[in-house]
Amino acid sequence: MPRVLRASFALLFSIPAWAEGPQPPRSGVEFQSADVRAMQADDFANPATLWVERGAGLWKSPRGERNVSCAACHGAAEKSMKGVAARYPVYVESLGRVADVEQRINACVVDNQKAPALPWESQDLLALSAYVAKQSRGMPVAVRIDTAASDFERGRRIYFERQGQLNLACTHCHDASWGRTLYAEKVSQGQPVDWPAYRLEWQTVGSLERRLRACYFGVRAEMPPFGARDLVALELYLAKRAEGLASMAPGVRR
Amino acid sequence: MMLGKVQVPPTVKRGEAFEVRVLVQHPMETGFRRNLDGQSIPANIVDKLACRLGGREIFSAELGTGISANPYIVFFTTADASGELVVEWSDDRGEKGRVTTMVTVV
Amino acid sequence: MARDFEMNRRRVLAAAGAALAGAALPSAAQRFQPAQDITPLLLQVTRGATPREEGVEIDLPQIAENGNSVPMRIRVASPMSPGDYVKAIYIFAERNPRPLVATFHLNAQSGRAEVTTRVRLAGTQKVRALAELSGDRFVIGAMDVLVTAAACLDESLL
Repeated sequence: MPRVLRASFALLFSIPAWAEGPQPPRSGVEFQSADVRAMQADDFANPATLWVERGAGLWKSPRGERNVSCAACHGAAEKSMKGVAARYPVYVESLGRVADVEQRINACVVDNQKAPALPWESQDLLALSAYVAKQSRGMPVAVRIDTAASDFERGRRIYFERQGQLNLACTHCHDASWGRTLYAEKVSQGQPVDWPAYRLEWQTVGSLERRLRACYFGVRAEMPPFGARDLVALELYLAKRAEGLASMAPGVRR
Repeated sequence: MMLGKVQVPPTVKRGEAFEVRVLVQHPMETGFRRNLDGQSIPANIVDKLACRLGGREIFSAELGTGISANPYIVFFTTADASGELVVEWSDDRGEKGRVTTMVTVV
Repeated sequence: MARDFEMNRRRVLAAAGAALAGAALPSAAQRFQPAQDITPLLLQVTRGATPREEGVEIDLPQIAENGNSVPMRIRVASPMSPGDYVKAIYIFAERNPRPLVATFHLNAQSGRAEVTTRVRLAGTQKVRALAELSGDRFVIGAMDVLVTAAACLDESLL
């Protein structure tokens, strides 16, 4: 092959794929006050670790008609769940759609344990979600979009679409204004890491879906219901946008 | 039984003050919050907490609605001998919690 | 006539100023939950004695990001010896619906008169820590803290 052609080929394959969002991506924890950052960094003082402990207990508790525990199939979560949350949301074959961690947990609860689904934002679901998320702590977010192309595109469209009475899109704050002060708070990049998180405002652990719904409310848009396709699609887009950023879930936020 | 955690240093020197950290899982409902239907959520708080070391009470607290949800308390004590440190608490509905840990004096 | 006009102008300016101050405060709580005089509560604890303003250190963030959980550390200077020690620490938040936040009981074997916790603060206010010492003595300290989202009154269930 002529040298010029070989060089062009080399150049072509060395150009990095177009990255979504600000580079490098920065975790929302960096935009919290020193006290909140300290709380997240201290596993004992971080209230979310209480949910992790509860989740560890639930993992071993038999549930439903089948009377099996998560551990019965999955063994020790430290092994079987390692890195799992980092690749969510993901297309789940058995559900025939893209799902986030909470939906995936409930799919198992309903289909495999034959128990009623755990209600959205219930203490048990949050505990299991926090416990599973903890097993990916420190690992970089790495989602696949090849099996979920239409949801990824849907999420990206939502991210850039103006909504609500305030007529703002996510990008207006989280791309154009991150780091700036809105009222008394620093605007974050809108990265989805560290969730589920203990939010001081809620005085409890909450899911990423709950946080995104609060953002919809923030621009006075109608909040999608929990489990809505729009929320999962948005989560998928955000995860891709956060590619490579390590999650320290469960985190703490104001 | 309520969920809670207690932490002390791995070893402590005889007679020297050391830190005891306690975290309790509890909503500490103030009674001022309303649910999305506008109804008051009834108050429910952990109001008493006490810590004993080797059977002797070393710390106690009365908590009000002004203590944050999932109460976090750090206090100090000294120890003359190794022993079991017991933290017990109760809320205004009679629910109780208890965690223990070992204090090792070197 | 001229004086009436001057008085009215001052009244209007004062009202405008108050309205402006009200507008600058971020929440309903800041307007409707005024600071209370906690002296009667203090005197109840001290049984009438006036506490000395010394030896009590309160560590609070200058700005509390969320009033629902404000980390706070109280230190009382004391030898913590059998003859001279801190018996109890009382925390007062003058703007909270219930100003007495908590009471901590220490003893001569506590080693250090220091307690850390997380409190709820219903708005920007002065927080006080009253310490009861052995020998029926009382000392007190105070610290101001700016609170943006007030606990108890600025709730979000979303």
